Order: sequence, then C-alpha cells, then structure tokens
Amino acid sequence: MARFPFSAIAGQDDLKRALILTAVDPMIGGLLAFGDRGTGKSTAVRALAALLPPMKAVKGCPYHCDPASTETLCHMCKTSLSLKSETIAIPVVDLPLGATEDRVIGALNLERALATGEKSFEPGLLANANRGYLYVDEVNLLEDHIVDLLLDVAASGENVVEREGLSIRHPARFVLIGSGNPEEGELRPQLLDRFGLSVDVRTPDDAKIWVEIVKRRMAFESDPQGFTQLWSAEDDKIRKAIISAQKKLAQVKLSDSVMEQAAALCIHLKTDGLRGQLTLTRAARALAALDGKRDVTLAHLKEMASLALRHRLRRNPLDETGSGTRIARALLDVFGP
Amino acid sequence: MTENAPSLAEPNAEAMTALLLLSCDPEGLGGAVLRGNAGPHRDAWVNRFQRTLPRSAIWQRVPAHIGRDRLTGALDVAATLAAGRPVHDPGLLKTARGKVLVLASAERLAIEASALIANAIDDAAGFSVLAFDESVEDDERVPPILAERLAFLIPVDLGAPLDLNHIPETDDARRRLHKVVITQNYISALADLACLLGIQSVRALLFATRAAKVHAAIHERVAVIDEDVEVAARLVLAPRATRLPQAQQSDAAPKQDQSPPQSDGDGKKENADADMHADQLIEAVKAFLPVGLIDALDQTLLTRRAGKSGVKSRSEQTGKTRGRPIGVKRGDPRHGSRLHLVETLRAAAPWQQFRRKTSPPRDGLYVARDDLRVWRFKEKRETTAIFAVDASGSAAFHRMAEAKGAIELLLADCYVRRDQVALIAFRGKGADILLSPTRSLQRAKRALSDLPGGGGTPLSSGIDVALRVADQVKRGGGVPLVVFLTDGRANIARDGTADRVRARADALQAAQSLRLAGVTAMMIDLSENRQGPAEELAHAMAARYLALPHADSARISRVVDNAMKQEGAR
Repeated sequence: MARFPFSAIAGQDDLKRALILTAVDPMIGGLLAFGDRGTGKSTAVRALAALLPPMKAVKGCPYHCDPASTETLCHMCKTSLSLKSETIAIPVVDLPLGATEDRVIGALNLERALATGEKSFEPGLLANANRGYLYVDEVNLLEDHIVDLLLDVAASGENVVEREGLSIRHPARFVLIGSGNPEEGELRPQLLDRFGLSVDVRTPDDAKIWVEIVKRRMAFESDPQGFTQLWSAEDDKIRKAIISAQKKLAQVKLSDSVMEQAAALCIHLKTDGLRGQLTLTRAARALAALDGKRDVTLAHLKEMASLALRHRLRRNPLDETGSGTRIARALLDVFGP
Repeated sequence: MTENAPSLAEPNAEAMTALLLLSCDPEGLGGAVLRGNAGPHRDAWVNRFQRTLPRSAIWQRVPAHIGRDRLTGALDVAATLAAGRPVHDPGLLKTARGKVLVLASAERLAIEASALIANAIDDAAGFSVLAFDESVEDDERVPPILAERLAFLIPVDLGAPLDLNHIPETDDARRRLHKVVITQNYISALADLACLLGIQSVRALLFATRAAKVHAAIHERVAVIDEDVEVAARLVLAPRATRLPQAQQSDAAPKQDQSPPQSDGDGKKENADADMHADQLIEAVKAFLPVGLIDALDQTLLTRRAGKSGVKSRSEQTGKTRGRPIGVKRGDPRHGSRLHLVETLRAAAPWQQFRRKTSPPRDGLYVARDDLRVWRFKEKRETTAIFAVDASGSAAFHRMAEAKGAIELLLADCYVRRDQVALIAFRGKGADILLSPTRSLQRAKRALSDLPGGGGTPLSSGIDVALRVADQVKRGGGVPLVVFLTDGRANIARDGTADRVRARADALQAAQSLRLAGVTAMMIDLSENRQGPAEELAHAMAARYLALPHADSARISRVVDNAMKQEGAR
C-alpha cells in the first residue's frame, strides 16, 4: 500500500526536520512527538520509512547485521564463514500498544516447538528494529513493564532473552520514536530522558494550512500512485540531503568553545544529567552537516536548544510557563540577544 | 429561536442523513459513534443501515473485552493441540476488509484494543466501524483515539421514530463519488469554522470535506454546493465543537477569508457562486452544537472537558493477561489467560510413552487438557489520591495558599510515581469534581489554577462526593486515598440551607459513612487555631489528622506520600 509522501506533509516543519536529523545521526537518540491529536504525527513517522536511504545487511540475518562492522554482529553472523550481503530498506517497526513481552523481546518459536519439538528462537520486534527505527504510537499509554524493557535495551543496545529455556542475546540498536497526547497521561521521566529530541506538535492555527492538508490528502486518496510520483522529486531531494549529511557528519568540527557554550546553557537550565548536553551538541552537529557547513556554530546550538532540552527541564507541575519559553529565556540570559 | 431547542424531529433527520452518507461511503467516512441506549431507535437505524449497504458487506461484532490476540491474530492453541500441527488465527483486523465492525458498549473498550483498531484504520484496512456508546456518565466515553477516526457522532435515542422508508438507493451515488469536486473556498470555509469551534484535529476537516462530497454525490451533483457543505458542517464539525464561536472571532473570520483570493484569484473567479464564509456556516450549525455546550461556556468548560476524555484508568483494564508474570498455574488458556508453553510441555512429557500406547496414532505430542499451564500475572494496584479541598470563604482566605502549595508538591510526587489524582472542591452550596481521576499533569494544573474560592462550607457534600469518587476508583480495581483540606467548620447542610448545627451533624454522618465504606482518609486541618471540628471529623472517619499550622507543605506532602505508598503496597 502506498504511503503518504513525507515531503507532502503540510506544516509540521519542526517535526519533519527533527525526524531528518535523527536519520542523519542515529546517535542523537530518537524523537518524542507529543501533542494534539490528528496533527499528522504518525503520518510523518510512517512516511519516513519510504524516505530513508537503503542500507547493506547480512543476507538472511533476522537482525540485519551490518557486514562492514565486525563488533556489532550477532552470534550467528559471527560464527558464519562467509557473509553474503544484500541491500534492504531501513526497518521502521511499529510497536503496538498491546504488544506482549514475548512479541517485543522475542520468544520460543511455538510453531516449531509444537510441530517438531525443536527449540528455536523467534525474534521479536526489537530484533526487527535493529539498525532501524522503533515507533511507539501513544507511547504514554504503554504498559510499565514494556517501558522498563525498552529502557534497558535502549541503554545497552543489546536484547538479552533468558526465558522459556532460551538463552540468547542479540544486538538491538534502534532509534526510538514515540508519539502521544499529553491529555491522556504523562510519560515517566526515565523514558522521557531516553528520547534525544522532543517536538511539541500543535494543530496548525492557520486555516490555510488546514486547507492545504485536506487538498493534498484528497489528491492522495484519489490517486495514491500518481500523487506519490508527483512528490517523489521532493522526497529524493530530502533523501540526498540526508545521505550527503551522513557523509559529512564525521568531518564537521565541534570546537571547544561551542562545547563550552552548550555546557553553559545546560548548567543554566539545570538539566538533569549529561545526556542533554551530549544530545544538544550531537543535534547541532547533525544540523551543521545538513546545512553543508564545516563547523558547528552558536547559531546551530541555539536552533537545537529547544528540541534537545525541552523535555529535560526539571518540572514544576504547576508552572504554567512552557518549556519552550524557559529555554528561549535561558538562551537570552546566557548568550545575550 | 432554533438556537437552544432543536426540535424533536431534527436529530432524527440528522441521523437519517448520516446513515445515508455513511452507507454510501462506509470506509472513507470511517464509521459512526451511535450514542444512546439499546432500543427500537438504535435497532431501526442499524437495520436500515445494514440494508442500505452493499449486499456484500459483512457484519462483525466486536465485544468490548476483546483481547489483542483476537484482534491481531495468534496461534490458536486449542485448535493446534487438537490437530497436532500449528493452526493460526489470522485475527479480526486482518480479515476485516469490506466489513462493518460493530463495537457494542464501545465506551468500555480497553484503550489498548481501541489503539489497535485505530492503527488498522490508519493503515487503510478498508472497514468501517459502528461504535455503540451506551455511557451514562460523562467520564465514560468511547475512547477518543477511536472516536476521532469516525466521521459521525449520532444520538439515537432522541426524537420520533425514524422515517425509514424514504431512503434512496446509494449504489449510483457510490459510483459517482470519485468524480465529485469541491472548491477551495468551501474547504476554507470548513477550515475556518473548525478553528472557530475550537476543533483541534485535522481529521475532522478531512471527514467534513469527504461528507460534503458524498452528500453531493447522493444528490446527483458533480460539484459540491452550499447545501452539501452545511450538512457536512452540521454532521461532522458541530458535534466536535469545544467552544462556541465568539462574536468578535466571527467578525474576524471574513477578514481571514478575504486574503486567499489574493493568492489564488483564478480559483475565485471560476467559482464566484461558491463564495462561502465561515459565519454563514456558523448560522447553519448553531442549532446543532452539542446540548450543554452553551451552558458550559463559563470557566468550568476546561475542567468539564477534561473529565470527558473517556480514557479509562489503567486499573480498570485488569485481566489475566496484563502485568508482570509471577508464575504458572494449571488452567485453560481459552479463558483469557496466556498459555505457558514450556511448563505445558513439561507437564505432558512424562505421559508421552503411555499415551502413545493408549491413544490413536498421530504425529507430534500428546497433550491433554490437564497438562495445560497458564501464566499468572501480578498487576500493580494503582493508587488514586482524591483531594477534597475546602474552597469556602473561611478556609480559602487563611490557608488556601499553603493548601495549594501542599497539593503542588503532592502532584509532583504522584507524577513521579505514576499515581492518579482527582480534585474535588466544596464551597457555596455544594461540591464539584474539578478533575476526575487522571494521570495528566496538564489537567491537574488547569483544575488547580481554576479553583474557585469563597462562600459557605458544605462539608457534608464534600465528603459525599469524595466517597462517590473513591467508590468509582475501587470498582475500577484501584486504591483510593482521600485527602481532606478543610478547617472543619461546616455551615451549609446537605440540602443547601445555611444551618450550622444541621451542617455539622450532616458532616459527621457523612464522615461515618466514609469510614464504613472502608476508605482510607487523611484530614489536613486548615484552621489557624486547632479548635476541634476538623479533628472531630477526622476521628469520625478514622482519618489520620494533621494540622497545617504545625505542618508546612513539605511535611504534608511527605506524610501523604507515605500513606499512598502503604496503600499501594496493600
């Protein structure tokens, strides 16, 4: 089935750019899109799948191991004598709310156990998402023990299965994308911290954008293929920008002074832990690469500050000031106008 | 005067129009929420809908307690064991193409199941949904994640019996539908109206546009006209309104509308007759705005809306399939439990030789019902802190700031621990639930900042309402903890009269029924000098007593926090 093209999503520029940045540097650590219902959060994430450049993976490996990197290979690829590689699309895996633990981490293959009495591992969603994206819609409604599981795996990059007589570990490095509506409940702070960037998704307040959304949607519904074709050039442009930024990323220079500026901002905002600062500089570097620049500048830092830090501010539950405003104020305090 | 009193016949006509539109384009419009009790009206609507649909449409009932495996498919354990080879159940959603899913008691559908169905709708699974909403109270509603994806919300127990004989055939309209065009001006007008009515989801606009086209198709038009747009606005946008269009805003609307012509003047010239403004539409939909919206436009709007959201607390979704696994027991996996395969096989293993000799020959294992083992789960019981705040003149004046300070700290704690909070305020003549149990910090924030103050102290009403909320929490499987913040000086009796003696007696009586109900409570005395009434009440309800003059907000927070931890562990 045809997906709505990424570039045809009207409005939501922040969300789209944040998604692109996570593709440029997966180490940024995922994205949380929190906000109103029906604003195209899921559409954007699902459209991303079609946009991502393909990658090389070991043929037949359930974890799509990278043949070029020997450290991250799974146990099967490590012992294999010759690795054949194939080009596959980067996986974007949906983690449905109702997913059970077995489904997420993998379990004994029931079919084979019942049919042949053989003990074999059936990889779960974490295996499918290795080297790709794991998307949780309504992430704030996810059951607590699944959240614990995700936290653990996201931190270690490895899924350890010790159950039903199985003892298996496999690589599970993925970019975690979550979306949800805060009206239905908040996210646990530990999980919040796992997300590299966060975007506050609002309903566009401009009726013109609404009209544009409807027009494009109608065009897509009446002729999905034709519409996708129409936007393919735009999608290609973004794809090329991502590939070129990925190549440049390693060469982008991050001077000590910019790092110090990032640190000063984080200290001023009293963000918990170092992850905020790390994400901020990574995001700024990815942005510089996307802009085709050789150096990360203060401007990049400022542009990324809200995305990277807004969900890490210690919250006073009754402070009406939005995190965005607090960061804007801190930027003024630290760096001046 | 049509504003406040839609005549009895009108909802009926609306319901019929919605039926017609939906049967013409069931998948494009997603479906409908039918609000109202089971009865002849609803049955008539559903029967008629069934007959108007294409003959091939299959009716699939989905019970509210449906599990994930039935929706998305799983190994059919019973059939697998019987057949001795894996038998798969593809799941309802995968095989739903072209069907109508009928959700009986949709307000009781677990959020998890709603989310799965919503995902399937997003993936264009090609089915439509009829959700029966039989909710009585405001805090029970079809989960918004689902309702949001269905075009219509139709009240079906209002009005005269439906006139079912004048429904035209929709087969031709279905064929015409893809040729119908709608001009940009109409979409703009609908978009403006959606903004004015405070509708946040773009999906509503998509549905309204679609509905206008379907309406045009049914009336054998190839282009949408004013009438089609009005019908769509009434049926799709009006029920979703969260505010009345303000006078000054509707003044501003035409101005917004005048700007598009400059950017694309061509479209405008071609469709001079399609020049429609949002204010024109407002007139068309005014009579169809939800009953009660007009009354709700005072300051309570936000809190009332907050209570309506319809998301059930997690504690209600109990069952044999959720929580942390803690062990294994013998049992039948068909009754909602999950099979523990390894233990089942282990139980069956010793008997294999024996059974092979005594049973008819077959491949694979011999598994008997007695071997079946299922998982046991432990679900953490969720605590709900119900704050009952005395917002009367006497209390509000002196200690309100401290009380709010304490609640703030407690809210932050609840947030970290993922407990739920509810907020009740009593003042004047009665008590109001400002916030039904929720985990949303945003709503709690809003409710607290909107906390009204002043007036008498209807303490008994406050306790009654707290008991009611505590009862709801209990029935949902949660653990309630009521925290009263008051000076204990009741001066309004249960019936609303200002009679200090009766008020006091009523309050004591209410306190006793709270104790009899076994609800754990805490009393935080807001009075400046501890004169006794609050302490006496605390005693009557067997509540822990704490005087604010001796307790800063940090200490109160600590004590309540401990109490909640104890309750949660019980």
